Amino acid sequence: MERDDIIEYSLYTHHDDEQGKKLRKKIWMVTLLLTLVTVVEVFLGAMIKQDSAAWPYVKLTFIILTLLKAGYIILSFMHLGDEKKAMKYVILAPYIVFVIYLIFIALTEGAYVGNAVNSYGA
Amino acid sequence: MAGHASNELSTESPWGGKVSPFSTSYGKLMMWFFLVSDALTFGGLLIAYGFTRHSAQDAWPIGEETFNSMPFLGHGYPLLYVALMTFILIVSSVTMVLAVEAGHRMDKKGVIKWLALTIVGGFFFVGSQAWEWSHFIHGSEFGKVELADGSQAIVKGHFGEIKSFKVETAGAHHKKGEVIKEDLLHAYQHAMSAGQIKHDGKSALLTLHDGSIVSVQKEADEHLELVIKTNGDKYKIGNKIEGKEALNIYGEAVYSGEKNRVIYGANLEQNEYGPQQYGQFFFFITGFHGFHVFSGVIINIIILMGVIKGTYHKRGHYEMVEKTGLYWHFVDLVWVFVFTFFYLV
Repeated sequence: MERDDIIEYSLYTHHDDEQGKKLRKKIWMVTLLLTLVTVVEVFLGAMIKQDSAAWPYVKLTFIILTLLKAGYIILSFMHLGDEKKAMKYVILAPYIVFVIYLIFIALTEGAYVGNAVNSYGA
Repeated sequence: MAGHASNELSTESPWGGKVSPFSTSYGKLMMWFFLVSDALTFGGLLIAYGFTRHSAQDAWPIGEETFNSMPFLGHGYPLLYVALMTFILIVSSVTMVLAVEAGHRMDKKGVIKWLALTIVGGFFFVGSQAWEWSHFIHGSEFGKVELADGSQAIVKGHFGEIKSFKVETAGAHHKKGEVIKEDLLHAYQHAMSAGQIKHDGKSALLTLHDGSIVSVQKEADEHLELVIKTNGDKYKIGNKIEGKEALNIYGEAVYSGEKNRVIYGANLEQNEYGPQQYGQFFFFITGFHGFHVFSGVIINIIILMGVIKGTYHKRGHYEMVEKTGLYWHFVDLVWVFVFTFFYLV
């Protein structure tokens, strides 16, 4: 029996073989990209030591590459890119608003706590 | 009765009750909300890790020094195994998207194939993590030593192979002159951390569990390098000691006959890699993540059974696969961050 009081939203995402082919191609492209990024990360980590002068830039590169990977996983694999704009923000806003500040303040405080321990003892 | 609603809501409007404003089903939206809160938990853990690391400064271990082993191959492969684990998890995430894609075409066989492969990938990852935990807990061949001035150093270099033990003084289980060839490294490390090892100038003499004293036939350690991780009276954090001096002070420390001068591996109280919190964060963060992967595998298995039975095919859509897929991708997403912040930087 057809029910007209429930909207099956998942039916909207159904597609045919033709579209499927295109989508699979996109999925494999994203796979290739994520693999390459991981290889580059390990390579950079093995090449440049933590005490070298270039390390801060390598660290920054790691963080950018991580965000790139995370972006592809969330927007492409988890299909958040295809959701409505309102939903995207409901999910991403908590991080944009709170987490970035929390990272900043925790790392800054951490460094000060370390200095205090070094200067005055634990 | 006070106040009938003057404006009746039309069920056709976005907030009228019938339509979802986000064009998603209840279940999928709730999965997203769960993931948002779970990501905040992981975010909190990683930020706490960052705080501790920034306060410990130079004493913190370096990922590529701690994790440089491969199963079957031994040492000298910095971060390669973790990278492989990352790759396995990414691939299993890909097979999951392909399962979801097959579901959108109502291709039952495709869903079964890709979901089964996802489960295999998940088991590989959990197994790899078990190996890594075991390796982390047992530690390296050298361990960490406390030097005479009170500083602590991690030891790098080539560990000379232990050939055999020759019994010099008989104990409860061994006769004099007997040559022991089994369980050597374990007994050696046990004696080292218990301070039951001495050096008579020719070879190391260690006392076994049963009270017998054996001389150790061991190749010389080569390329010894001590990296100071805790300040002492003489050596400070970051100092590196090589060559003859390294051999001398290392020998002085390990043959001192004192307990706990050498620490191997890790537990919740101490570890050879760095500050105490390092081990605790390792166990908690990778453990909590591993627990998520394990739950994900179980959930995937349950959903796979539903797919095989045809439950979702009858329903007309494979949204359940999509929902577990969201969870599975999330697990992969968390690992991407753990990989960067625990291992790489």
